Amino acid sequence: MTAIPNVNKQSALGKLFAGGAFQKILAFASLIILLIGFSLASPNFMQTSNMIAILQATSVNGVLAIAATLVIITGGIDLSVGTLMTFTAVMTGVVLTNLGMPLPIGVVTGIATGAFCGFISGTLVAKMKIPPFIATLGMMLILKGLSLVISGTRPIYFNDTPGFDLISRGSLIGEVFPAVPIPNGVLILFLVAAAASYILSRTVLGRYCFALGSNEEAVRLSGVNTDNWKIAIYTLAGAIVGVAGLIIASRLNSAQPALGLGYELEAIAAVVIGGTSLSGGRGTILGTLIGALIMAVLLNGLRILSVAQEWQTVVTGAIIILAVYADNVRRRKGN
Amino acid sequence: MTNLVEMRGIEKRFPGVHALKNVQFDLRPGEVHALMGENGAGKSTLMKIMSGIYARDGGDMFVDGKPAAPDGPRAAQNLGIGIIHQELSLMNDLTAAQNVLIGREPRRRFGRLDEPALNAKTAEIFTSLNLAMDPRTMVSTQTIARQQLIEIAKALSYEPRVLIMDEPTAALNDAEIRELFRVIEKLKSEGVGIVYISHRMDEIKRIADRVTILRDGAYIDTLQAADTPLSKIIQLMVGREVTQTAPDIPDTSDNAVALEVRGLSRGKDVRDVSFNVRKGEILGLSGLMGAGRTEVARIIFGADPHDTGEILVSGQPVDIRSPQMAVQAGIGYLSEDRKHFGLAVDMTVRANIAMADLTQFTSRTGVLDEAAMKRTADQYINQLGIRTPSDTQEVRLLSGGNQQKVVIAKWLLRDCDVLIFDEPTRGIDVGAKSEIYALLEELAAQGRAIIVISSELPEILRLSHRIAVMCEGRLTGILPREGATQEEIMKLATQTENLADKTKETTQ
Repeated sequence: MTAIPNVNKQSALGKLFAGGAFQKILAFASLIILLIGFSLASPNFMQTSNMIAILQATSVNGVLAIAATLVIITGGIDLSVGTLMTFTAVMTGVVLTNLGMPLPIGVVTGIATGAFCGFISGTLVAKMKIPPFIATLGMMLILKGLSLVISGTRPIYFNDTPGFDLISRGSLIGEVFPAVPIPNGVLILFLVAAAASYILSRTVLGRYCFALGSNEEAVRLSGVNTDNWKIAIYTLAGAIVGVAGLIIASRLNSAQPALGLGYELEAIAAVVIGGTSLSGGRGTILGTLIGALIMAVLLNGLRILSVAQEWQTVVTGAIIILAVYADNVRRRKGN
Repeated sequence: MTNLVEMRGIEKRFPGVHALKNVQFDLRPGEVHALMGENGAGKSTLMKIMSGIYARDGGDMFVDGKPAAPDGPRAAQNLGIGIIHQELSLMNDLTAAQNVLIGREPRRRFGRLDEPALNAKTAEIFTSLNLAMDPRTMVSTQTIARQQLIEIAKALSYEPRVLIMDEPTAALNDAEIRELFRVIEKLKSEGVGIVYISHRMDEIKRIADRVTILRDGAYIDTLQAADTPLSKIIQLMVGREVTQTAPDIPDTSDNAVALEVRGLSRGKDVRDVSFNVRKGEILGLSGLMGAGRTEVARIIFGADPHDTGEILVSGQPVDIRSPQMAVQAGIGYLSEDRKHFGLAVDMTVRANIAMADLTQFTSRTGVLDEAAMKRTADQYINQLGIRTPSDTQEVRLLSGGNQQKVVIAKWLLRDCDVLIFDEPTRGIDVGAKSEIYALLEELAAQGRAIIVISSELPEILRLSHRIAVMCEGRLTGILPREGATQEEIMKLATQTENLADKTKETTQ
């Protein structure tokens, strides 16, 4: 009886930590500090056009990072998001340019290709019990090769499909509010983020995402078909990668088959900076979004300050290590 | 009246092990049927077959008189069979409600979750359990005892007609056990059949109607609990007589003090704790879950920092800031969670024992001396009576009691003068328990100072030379064993600081 008040106090405190509030605040504060720091260092930084450039640069990596977040929360990892993005762009190119189909079919093809490849990755992991790292490493190489084979190693241009470039470069918001011409690519990023966030927090699929990452065996013993849910999550992640493929193809107005490798690491970096645990069970889309923004702001700011590109890469690496260390320190204090 | 469940001639083989040999078991509506046996006797295997986790290799199973072969947890649930697992199987990153109703979340259209309904439904179950807990509480913030209660709530949420409880009280304090037994009585009156597995013999007398005993995978007997003495049950379980009487306590009052702590404090968990242990003495540390016993041990061992207070080893103040420094000072700590903190279970007995002090087995060129490691491992296997086919057996294949002995061997190898045992017999069966007790007594007789943390009062009374009791982070008293009773210990264990204020509040 007497232990009860004590326990209640614990759980109130626990709620504060468990909500991941600190994690998000930490990442958000770093973002603000970066923004203030660069504004003070260069008057060119805080221009509307530059802010939009940063958002534009975030859109592809942000969408990829959202896909990676879903998989990482289940306790897995997806190394194939970069080359899958390219593969979906190439498939869209085949349908629109080589076959001359109308635009909506191209869009559906891109997303469906992503979902299908995600389904395969998920099946490899869930049914064939191949560790996610290996399964998606294999998929990464297969898709890179297939992109080159299908495209004949040449870029596919979308000049014959009017309006394709508007997917990323047009601005629906700019038409309504001319003062803030936020490109559609950024709008898509925020829509995907909102949808993913809703799925994670409000749907059964999202619930099993966290449950699988937290204790897969316990979920299985509760009578849940864990294999199918895992495949569903990888499939959803693949479909989201398909969206990223559309954004980048539209921005470049072409499918570049040699592109893609390296994007997966940047996506995972954004996820980690955003406070999602690589061991699964914990993570937020908002955190990932902030993580992706931090990386874009950093690169943009360093470029404005004329820091050599080589050094930008060094700084990015250091930031990843710092972010995870800061999170560890916070967690240790929390306990 | 037909049996709820009937199992006949059940066979189960694992690679190299004949786990169940022609085992029978039946369960009637509204009864508590205790399943007894030492670790490795096949209790959990039998129950995993009943609940669809394992497939049987032979024999028949009937539910309501109809043949049944559940091929998974869900199939068993559909037959009305629920199980509370021995190992906690909760998802720490989810809330209590999300755990309780996992797989059966109230849904809206398009796979959307109905969170308010989820929480309301869970709150209902908690209320029926008299459990004061917010359904939105994150599981990871709860003590093991309260996690166990969430697990029980989860099993009840299936409204099972057959409920298997595998060691449900292992982490509960007396008040919580009473609450659990109240729930069991209620379920019985509703016609639910309960299979009860426990190593706490006193519980069997309190709640079981019938007792079935397994030994080495074979069915031994089914008896009426009311007219069978405990000694008979124990004898059937181990196949020999086990003495449970405590030996005389050696007089250690003149021995040198091995370890002393003065005014140890850390936040609210540990408040101004002072005590000492002499060489050759066993000090019991008692109290309810969350009283701060493990916290004290972890501070002494350098695993957690402390705010104030000092630690003296052999009269000399020592500054212990890490487990490594504690080991250098001759202090060893055997954690309550062997698998997590004490053993590399996938490695061999030899490797685990040698790991305690690898430098001892390393040549100047950095190569490990396997022959020397084998000699040492064999020596401890003999000395401690570790039952293993050889020193190259993987530790995970040993029973709980033998795993505990491997942990003890590790600390003996490091030559520690002060050994702190945290729940040394948790999940260990009766026969192995008395072996561990004898081992602890022998270690003390060799001049080591021993601290035993235990939630089982009979164990504390059986082992300790003196009994220190904690409540809410404070040391509320130290009792000599002569004349100490369970009631006296419980009084100290519940002696809260603001007890007086509270009684005032409730009377107003």
